Amino acid sequence: MPVPISPLQISAYTATTACGPGKAALLDGLEHERSGLRANDFSVHPLETWIGRVDGLESAAVPESLARWDCRNNRLAWMGLHGDGFIDAVRSARDRYGAARIALVLGTSTSSIGASEQAYRELDSDGRFPEYLRSSIMHTPHSLGDFVQRVLEIEGPAVTVATACSSSAKVFAQADRLLRLGIADAVVVGGVDTLCGSVLFGFNSLALVSPQPCRPFDVARNGISIGEAAGFALLERGSGALNLLGYGESSDAHHMSTPHPQGLGAERALDDALARAGLGTDAIDYINLHGTASEKNDEVEAALIARRFGPTVHASSTKGYTGHTLGAAGIVEAAISLLALETGIMPGTVNTQALDALCGPQIRMRSAHGTVRHALSNSFGFGGNNCVLVFGRGVEA
Amino acid sequence: MYLDGIACWSPTLVDWDSARAAFRGEAGLLDPPARRPAPELLAPTERRRAPDTVAIALEVAARAVAQAGRTPGELPSVFTSAHGDLAINDYMCATLVNEPMAISPTRFHNSVHNAAAGYWTIGTGCMQASTALTAFLHSFAHGLLEAISQASIEQRPILLVAYDIAACGALACVTASRGMLATALVLNPAPGANSLGTLTWTLQAGPAVPLQPVSAAARSLQENAIADCLPLLECIANPEGDVLLPLGDALALHIHWKAQHA
Repeated sequence: MPVPISPLQISAYTATTACGPGKAALLDGLEHERSGLRANDFSVHPLETWIGRVDGLESAAVPESLARWDCRNNRLAWMGLHGDGFIDAVRSARDRYGAARIALVLGTSTSSIGASEQAYRELDSDGRFPEYLRSSIMHTPHSLGDFVQRVLEIEGPAVTVATACSSSAKVFAQADRLLRLGIADAVVVGGVDTLCGSVLFGFNSLALVSPQPCRPFDVARNGISIGEAAGFALLERGSGALNLLGYGESSDAHHMSTPHPQGLGAERALDDALARAGLGTDAIDYINLHGTASEKNDEVEAALIARRFGPTVHASSTKGYTGHTLGAAGIVEAAISLLALETGIMPGTVNTQALDALCGPQIRMRSAHGTVRHALSNSFGFGGNNCVLVFGRGVEA
Repeated sequence: MYLDGIACWSPTLVDWDSARAAFRGEAGLLDPPARRPAPELLAPTERRRAPDTVAIALEVAARAVAQAGRTPGELPSVFTSAHGDLAINDYMCATLVNEPMAISPTRFHNSVHNAAAGYWTIGTGCMQASTALTAFLHSFAHGLLEAISQASIEQRPILLVAYDIAACGALACVTASRGMLATALVLNPAPGANSLGTLTWTLQAGPAVPLQPVSAAARSLQENAIADCLPLLECIANPEGDVLLPLGDALALHIHWKAQHA
């Protein structure tokens, strides 16, 4: 079992989702139990499903100097970085520590593969990509990390984590290691994933996409709604108003695309996260569940929560607000957990009509307000890749 | 940091002993080149369908762990690859143009960047932490840095696996990666009976001029996208040496290698 770690302060954070740009829009959606999902109006070929689409990306090209990186995913990264004064917070950290002392760890699932898909639709007569899509960096998953590093003008280690839907949760664990080893004095973490054919039709091929808005933990749930999002956080040593308290990472060792039937991998990540935080399950007030609305995930996760947590904890899935934002889900749901700590909002599980009987009293359909001392967030990905995060309020809160 | 296990696979250098000899200029390349290895860890049906990235990653992972005298289930792992499975990316993009409903569910779930990590943990029953990284042409260096970080912080050994394959289809007009290359290291913060030598690391700020591989064998693999591993492998093939692995435009990982009996 891991030993407790020192809290790391989260000195700035932001999220841009289908609920709108920045934290205020997200909080407004959560407060009003307003789903950001819409009927699919994105894919080139029709697909009956609902999506969490971010408005305005089509007309939000990145500056000319960054044209080599201009694609939907990096446009969303650009839009996300401009939320909540995040770029200014990084600039201030750069002034304090120096550009070489700020690392970047970002998560994504498909990065800018949407640009590769577009190039395949527009191949020239020689079977080559059209001229405007021939930038090599745009067709590789580190497109995201490389782009954001240039925008932020930081020079520490910059890496992209791609473990499917746990990607941008695991960035917090990697950031902790970089800070504790003294490799960096501040770490920008985050994640960006955008809608693309690969994920819409890929998840559809696995029969995991719902034709309706997703209904996490509903007895009649029938699949996920895919969304897109960008989120970022700035981590530094020492306790602040908002802190990362613990993380746990594990593998299911079971199957590429279905969770361990008893949730043993997820439970292992939960145990490690609580151990690093030095907390028991009774100290957790809010849990942001992975809650994709796939039949299997919700079944396994509901059982895990029911057997490990007391009845007073408020647990919910926020996939109905934002859609499942895949490689960005970790950072979006970290942001929601931080909003819970800051404002006391404990979101409900929007769209869900009747909870599956598997759910314990922890899983709530309606939102509530209260004092949230500690919040926990679950992220589970393909390949059986699990990550659980624990956040808490610090002395300044 | 101690090196307890090392493996390397390309069609022309199918194990560490032959790679080591070739990197020292003492032996040549396998001719004719070998076919891709069969991932013995997987069930027979999966073995045949496994993507090339998975086959070569599992091959080097198993060999490095065996050399380190470890059981796979006890080691956390870091997998790193510049591009992931380029053949599946080509398949996905090409199929989406006209037949999106024909996407194969197996090939879709194999398209995730952590597919090799997933198959490794499934095949070995390993429930430890596992990650999958990319940093374009510096992917090996960043994988090594994360493996060193985890081993140092958690004070336990770790498996690092690095691999890339050739670009194919229309993607090949923008993505420069040729051949297949994979390597794996088992790193241990503590010395042990299986220690092959020590890797002493420091970060070096400022633009780095990477050491170019010198042997004909290493140069023959230089067009693979994980080629930033080659200077370190060449160094480890010798009793002692220094390499600078760029982490980006303004930062590098300096490694000093000293073999146990050098």
